[in-house]
Amino acid sequence: MTIQISIDGKQITTTAGKTLVDVAAENGIYIPTLCYVKNKTCLGTCRVCSVKVSGNVMSACTVAVSDGMKVEVDEPEVSDMRKALVECLFTEGNHNCPSCEKSGRCELQAVGYEVGMVVSRFPYRFPVRERNHTSGKIWLERDRCILCLRCVEFIHDAESGKKIFSLSKRGAKARIEIDTELVESMSAGQVKVAANLCPVGCIIEKGHGFNEPIGQRKYEKKSIRERAVAKNNNE
Amino acid sequence: MNTQIKLILKRYCSDRTRLLDILWDLQGLYGYFPEAVVTQLSESLNMSANDIYGVISFYHFFHDRPTGRYKIYLSDTVIARMNGYEEVRTALEQEANCHFGGTDETGTFSLFYTNCIGLSDQEPAMLIDDVVFTQLSPGKVRVILSQLRQNKTPAEIVNPEGLPSSELAYVERLVKSNIRHKGAVFFKKINHRVLLDKCLNQLPEHIVENMIASHIRGRGGAGFPTGLKWQLCRDVEAEDKVVICNADEGEPGTFKDRVLLTHSPRDVFVGMIIAGHAIGSNYGLLYLRAEYRYLKDYLEYQLQQLRTEGLLGIDFDIRIQMGAGAYVCGDETALIESCEGKRGVPRVKPPFPIQNGYLGRPTNVNNVETFAAVTTIMERGAQWYRSMGTKESSGTRLLSVSGDCAQPGIYEVEWGITLGEILDMVGAQDASAVQVSGPSGECVSVAKDAERELCYDDLSCNGSFMIFDQRQDLLRVVQEFMRFFVDESCGICVPCRVGNVELLRKVDRLIDGKGCQKDLDDLVSWGKLLRATSRCGLGTTSAKPILTTLDTFPGIYQNILTRKQGTLLASFDLKEALPDGGRFREE
Repeated sequence: MTIQISIDGKQITTTAGKTLVDVAAENGIYIPTLCYVKNKTCLGTCRVCSVKVSGNVMSACTVAVSDGMKVEVDEPEVSDMRKALVECLFTEGNHNCPSCEKSGRCELQAVGYEVGMVVSRFPYRFPVRERNHTSGKIWLERDRCILCLRCVEFIHDAESGKKIFSLSKRGAKARIEIDTELVESMSAGQVKVAANLCPVGCIIEKGHGFNEPIGQRKYEKKSIRERAVAKNNNE
Repeated sequence: MNTQIKLILKRYCSDRTRLLDILWDLQGLYGYFPEAVVTQLSESLNMSANDIYGVISFYHFFHDRPTGRYKIYLSDTVIARMNGYEEVRTALEQEANCHFGGTDETGTFSLFYTNCIGLSDQEPAMLIDDVVFTQLSPGKVRVILSQLRQNKTPAEIVNPEGLPSSELAYVERLVKSNIRHKGAVFFKKINHRVLLDKCLNQLPEHIVENMIASHIRGRGGAGFPTGLKWQLCRDVEAEDKVVICNADEGEPGTFKDRVLLTHSPRDVFVGMIIAGHAIGSNYGLLYLRAEYRYLKDYLEYQLQQLRTEGLLGIDFDIRIQMGAGAYVCGDETALIESCEGKRGVPRVKPPFPIQNGYLGRPTNVNNVETFAAVTTIMERGAQWYRSMGTKESSGTRLLSVSGDCAQPGIYEVEWGITLGEILDMVGAQDASAVQVSGPSGECVSVAKDAERELCYDDLSCNGSFMIFDQRQDLLRVVQEFMRFFVDESCGICVPCRVGNVELLRKVDRLIDGKGCQKDLDDLVSWGKLLRATSRCGLGTTSAKPILTTLDTFPGIYQNILTRKQGTLLASFDLKEALPDGGRFREE
């Protein structure tokens, strides 16, 4: 069903039931996301896509558009909330961009630029997080994990369907785990998929690294915003 | 494979959605989850071992490491702390000869803290495995632990007559019900057979209409109109629908569902049967919090009785699903996840449970008190029910009253009663503050708010009613509540996982005397962030202890503020930050 909605005052004609993040992007309006993956189950973990819908703050990845919806993205209060959530992630873990292999391809870093983050309003925690390098295929750098759950929900063992990545504990103690046996049966292609799916530098493919020189890295060539709103937003 | 594990798996048809039951049985067998057992489970259930550990480590009462023979969980709540908690805690450590979080050398005792176990009217209280001990004192603790050392079981100590655990007398031996004031709706003698005959012969639509006409709203706290929920669930076309009773009474300070399940279990079950008929479901689940495990045999027996009488088990049956210790499972979608044997993480909404709930089926979740009220409404009529309370909040509700008052316990009140009237009724002449609806509710001032009415449009109440007089340090209460939320956040969304820790740190800083005005401003702004952006009710309400006390009792914050010294933050200790305590610099 064709419907009308407005985003930041712009009148948009679209189809009822589509996800707000996608509708916005198709119409040239960028809403930052970190856990969202187009055409996959909504994870709703990062809340970085928070916008105002009819005055209420909602995460745009969980909103199905309906007729007459009035959406505010570029609004000071909710823009600052998005920025605050990104800042939360930078202080919760250890994100040393200059030494990270994912730098330039990292969605957290790219979104950090988009929301205009300079320094976090929250105190940096400098947590001590154990790494897992036991697998021959993947480095698990927990320092950088933002618990988006992409790997947990979307990467499964090809044969058994079991989860390769999972969460343990809860709350501030929650942490990402990797099944060191199942990971060994991952194909090279699946390892690449997992590493690319990880929005940060937590899942790193062993044996490769720093392939692109500074200046020619993914988000340097084309920003995360441009990629999101591009009509054909394939890589 | 080990035959005992095989038997347990067979009992649940190796169904991974029954993982919580499987884990409870295995923990009963081994005391914890040895690696070899988890490996066997992972093969049988086709889950990775980590996936299973993910479930184990989510729940407070599951242990992935060996514990002592007796697992002792001391309820750590603000109310306990007002009633000799510290002395009991110390006595436990001395007698058990170990610290909290640890096990003694002989492997006899393990001590754990736990959040509110639904006994705020008789604290300090503790669970030893699934047996509960109330009104503790250091002397009582010494006797209990020495008897355990002499190989008496916890049940033998508390129940020397050996009453069967399926009887009401057993439950009453363990805990007091303290029903102080009965009203028109609850704890009534009802002929359930006659009532069910009447209801099941009515058209389902008629029952839904009755619920809508009664104006009853859900008693879990959110206050969603029950009739409308039933209507929406009824309107979904599906073969299999599910009725769930939420008995995960986790809000600190509430215990009314425990008392209802103790004295009116049939009202609750019959309410579920009626709901089943109304929405078109033949299957019900009662999700019972792990802290109430001592009620399980009794409730199972009650279900069996209903089956024997032919009231249950033909067109509709009920299964009890045990929880395993997670406050967040009070959220209906987290509760459904938990029923499916998973980590109790709130789902992304939409879809709502009425469309897609337990195992993908349309599911209607109501609170224990709601179902009990449904039974009386069907007995006495919607108009009768609506004649009580206020226009927008019909009927009565149960209050769990605790804290500084003469008569803590259960009170049935009509909606519309004022705060002052309640305080008079319960003997709380010296009250200065009341935490209404638990930590996720509102802290009100008796001086300012005594005339406010308990109802959905004014002072909404989920049943928790904690009273504090002048002697109590409200900032410490706030600190305890924030610690509770940090402890209970599931961590799935960023604002709640990160934000609650930061809020607690700020409160700690203020109590340390190192807070300044900027810290208060941050609390307000960060509190708003959590409220607006969190995924479920836990995160959207967790800043309320801070935000409501800032509003009602600003003095408790203003009086302890410090000033910035020079260019450094008040919270920054230069000496502590430098090596050798700053001596080098001074020289």
